[in-house]
Formats: sequence, structure tokens, C-alpha cells
Amino acid sequence: MNIIVPIKQVPETSNVKMDTETGTMMRDGVESIINPLDLYAIEIAIQVKESHGGRVTVVTMGPPSADKALREALAMGCDDGVLISDRKFAGADTWSTAYVLVKAIEKIGAVDLIIAGERATDGDTGQVGPNIASAMDLPLATYVSRIDAVTGTSITVERMTEEGYEKLRLPLPALLTVVKEISYPRLPTLRGKQRARKTDIPTYSVADLDVVENHLGLTGSPTRVVKIETPKVTRGGKIYKVVDDHSLEEAVDGLIEFMKKKEII
Amino acid sequence: MEYKGVWTIAEAHEGDLKAVSFELLSRGRKLADELEEELVSVLIGGKVKEERVKELIQRGADRVILVEDPLLDRFIVETYSKVLIDLIDKKKPEIILSAATVNGRTLMPHVAMRIHAGLTADCTELGIEETTRNLLQTRPAIGGNILATIKSPDSRPQMATVRPKSSRPLELDESREGVVERIEFSRDLYDDRVKHLETISGGEEDINIQESDIVVSGGKGMKKIDNFKMLSDLAHAMGGVVGASRDAVDRGWARYPQQVGLSGKTVTPNVYFAIGISGAIQHLAGMKTAETIIAINTDEDATIFQVSDFGIVGDLFDVLPLLTQKLAKEVK
Repeated sequence: MNIIVPIKQVPETSNVKMDTETGTMMRDGVESIINPLDLYAIEIAIQVKESHGGRVTVVTMGPPSADKALREALAMGCDDGVLISDRKFAGADTWSTAYVLVKAIEKIGAVDLIIAGERATDGDTGQVGPNIASAMDLPLATYVSRIDAVTGTSITVERMTEEGYEKLRLPLPALLTVVKEISYPRLPTLRGKQRARKTDIPTYSVADLDVVENHLGLTGSPTRVVKIETPKVTRGGKIYKVVDDHSLEEAVDGLIEFMKKKEII
Repeated sequence: MEYKGVWTIAEAHEGDLKAVSFELLSRGRKLADELEEELVSVLIGGKVKEERVKELIQRGADRVILVEDPLLDRFIVETYSKVLIDLIDKKKPEIILSAATVNGRTLMPHVAMRIHAGLTADCTELGIEETTRNLLQTRPAIGGNILATIKSPDSRPQMATVRPKSSRPLELDESREGVVERIEFSRDLYDDRVKHLETISGGEEDINIQESDIVVSGGKGMKKIDNFKMLSDLAHAMGGVVGASRDAVDRGWARYPQQVGLSGKTVTPNVYFAIGISGAIQHLAGMKTAETIIAINTDEDATIFQVSDFGIVGDLFDVLPLLTQKLAKEVK
């Protein structure tokens, strides 16, 4: 079973600071991590490999420093890593990112299963997984919360919907995007870290891939960012402090008054 | 042929239409009026009740394109994608909006990839750029830390998914008239590779936190699973549902489908109660677009109070019972 896990390196969102003048993110000093939602994809890929054999290859598109994310995934137990990096890929939106990932996956070779995270915590689109399935015409299941069965030719999964779950069977090769409920990511082991340090990670540049240049980077991206704003967070609502029975009564009455005024009740 | 018209994708579930189908029409109506173009509701599915199809027109659509077939009863993205692409090829819409539901967020990128169209996810605002007539799509990103406005200047159709509950359906207008255009499902578009085996109900109504007007969420401050009963009492008194912070889900007090935040769901209810939730940035990302936010927490410095419209600094175990008791009298 050859499994590919496309991942993304993202800034650690809890520490993100915004430059209030330019409205852009200040990336300086912000640690880059593997997209937290990709960890579930990595974990379940390793589990499938452990029970069915094969290799897990983790692949990412990003700057040369994204190598670190790949090595973290190797330390968790993935077998191989591929970095896709070239200045010409810069500014790619989801369409162009997926286009390049597909070309890289084709170059890696025969694949039985692609497992992606639900979405990245920075861009928050969740589009690249379905994009890849669409471009490669692979059967797709999104929001997968459980793998029920894997055979040599098919995979049965449960998918989370608004109403509950639905069970789907997909022939292999197939692509899944998975949600947090599917697994609990393991920590890298010391041996894993040592192996990760020694593993050779190839870099694919434009020259290595069978790509059409006008599909790359900003040029190949149908979408354009027009404007970035930092929304005001503070609402400055009324605050009641409870210190005794009397103030408790007051606070609750105040809340009920407030809810009436807002026509909530 | 010129790209013209605004399409919204209706969603069916077990013979009925989901509320998002009508929410999208109020978004679409505004855009279509500004562009002076037709608003079309596209419905792909099995059999849907006749009167609900008519309701699409009564709530804003000029036309309904209906592709109905028993084979389309379940959402299977491979087939739905082919059907939608076939419709796009034939009719060339300028804008396509879908709800940012699990199915909308699966179908739209599948279609956009194949036709090389720009797609913006989970928009909260939509508008038309005056000079170019391009669709302006605004969405939160980076955990809600920024609002990005995006357009697709050169590719058509312009595609976007829209956050559920971020707009209200238009009032029902029984005098509104429109066209229901039935298009036969061409069997060569049928892709039977993926098999739907079973639908497993969530078991409790609480599971669909994204479609509820009132969400009552609990966090670490709830202390133990038994105390979540207090939240469901409060929620049920108002017809709401129970959500949870990541802390509460990780401790097993609530289930993952109830999780609000960066690694859970994003909700935009009328009212959001944050109870025993301090307001980590990851949690705020999932709820700060709620219309009204009410917080109860012992720590007066908790971030949650900064984003609240109403806050009570106090012990939730004192406040909740009294609140539920007083509410019961009000609601009666």
C-alpha cells in the first residue's frame, strides 16, 4: 500500500501578530509547524501502513525551510519525504497548489491512497484535497472520521456530515480528507528523529515536473487577494460581576433583560 | 457565449431542502439585482417535495434548474460534479454560490479544479465591484485574525462557498413567479465507483451546531461531564443546541461534532453562549462572527469577555441554575 500524505507548513496561529499598519501577518519570530489538522492524516496513514504494509510518503510545497515539517513527519513514522520548492510556485492559490501537487504525486509513482487533512489552519479553505482528487479523477471521501475496512482493492470509511455520518466504500486508488476524530497523533520517537535527520529528502523544482508554466504561482492562480483587513475583535459588552446573592440576582436579571431586548426570548 | 446569471446551489436531504438553500438565495438576490441578471437555484438530487421547489422561487429565485433522478438521491461528489460541470458548459453562469457545508465544500473545489475557475471558501460577505462587475468575496482567514477580500478577475464562473447562517432567508412571497426548468439526468454522467452503504444518524439533535440559532457551549470550567447536563437544560429551554470547546471535547465531556473552533466547526448563530470558556484564539476563530455573544466565566480577565456583548463574571455553578430557572418562567 503506497500512501501519500500532502501536508502544509503553517504559522503557529496562537502566536500570530498582525502589523496594524499594513494589515499583514508578522511572520518574524512566529514558529512554523505542521498544520495541526495534517497530523491526523499522518497518523492514520501510518496506522494503515502498520496493518497493511507499504510506505508513507509525505509531500509539501513551500520554501526550502518547509523541509523541517517533512522531517517532523518522518520522525513520527513516515518513510519518505518530498519537498516541492521553486520561486515560480510562490503566490499559488488552491488551484495552482493542487495542480503542482498532482504533478509531483504523479512523479513519485504508483499510489494506492492519498490522505489529506481536512484543511489548513491558516488558509482555512479545505479545497486542495478535493482539488487533487478531481484533477487525478480519484474517488473522493471528505470529512472522514473513521476507516472501517481496507482491502487490496477498496476502502470503507465513515464520513462526518451535518446530520451524522455516512458510510462509503471507495475503490482504490482513492483520496480521503480526514477530520480530527479519526485518530490521535503520536509523538515523534527518538529513533524516528535520528532516522529523519539522516533521510535524504529530494526537492522538486519546476524543471523536475511536467508542468505548464502559466499554471504556476500567481500567474496560474484564478483568485486574487484585493484587500486584507484586521477585524476589530472587541465588542465591549456590559459586564456584571457576581460577588454575593444580590449581585447574582442582578446579573441574571440583567441577562434576561438583555435577551428580551435582543429578541432572543 | 457570454457568462451571465447568478446561480445558487440548493441542498436536499431526504426529500426536503436544507435551510442553506434559502439563505443562499438572499445572498444571490442582492448580487443578481445589482448585476441586473437572473437568479437561478440549481437543485441536483433525488425526489424533492414539489412545494419546497416552489418555495425556492417564493424566496427569491427567478428560475429553478432541477436535475432529479433516483440515482442522484445521495450526494456522491463524482457524479454531482459532472452534472454541475455539464450545466455550466451549457448555460455559462457568471457566479455560482454554494453553502460552505460538508457537501458544498466538497463539490465546489471538485468542479473548480476541472474548469480552472477561481473559488473562495467560507465567505461571510459578498459584493460587486463597481468598475469591473467582479464578485468581491470576503472571508476570515488565519484563525479569523484577518478578513481577506478576494476576486477572480479573469476566470468564469466566479465561485464561492458561503458560511451557513451568515444570512437570513428572504420572507416567503407567494405572489412571486418563476420558471422551473427540468433537465433530464444524462446517464453517461453517472459515476458509480463510490458506493453509499449506510446513513448513520447523529442520534441526537445536538449534533448539528452549525444550523442552530442558539448554541450553548461549555469549556474546561464545566469541570466534569455530568455538568454538561446544565448546558443542555439551558439550551433546550431556548430551543438551542450544545457546543463545546476543544478542552471539553479532549476531556470526553462532549463529542467532536460539537467542537467549536479552529480544529472544529465554525458557527454563526444568533446567540452564542460561552460558558466556562476562557476564549483561546483558536476558540474565538470558530464563534466570533456570532450575532450576539454571551459569556459566563469566573476569571474577569478572560479573553472571552473582550468579544462578548454581555458578560457575567461569576461562578457558573451559581449562575446557570438561576438563569435556567428564570428563563423557564419567561419562556412559558
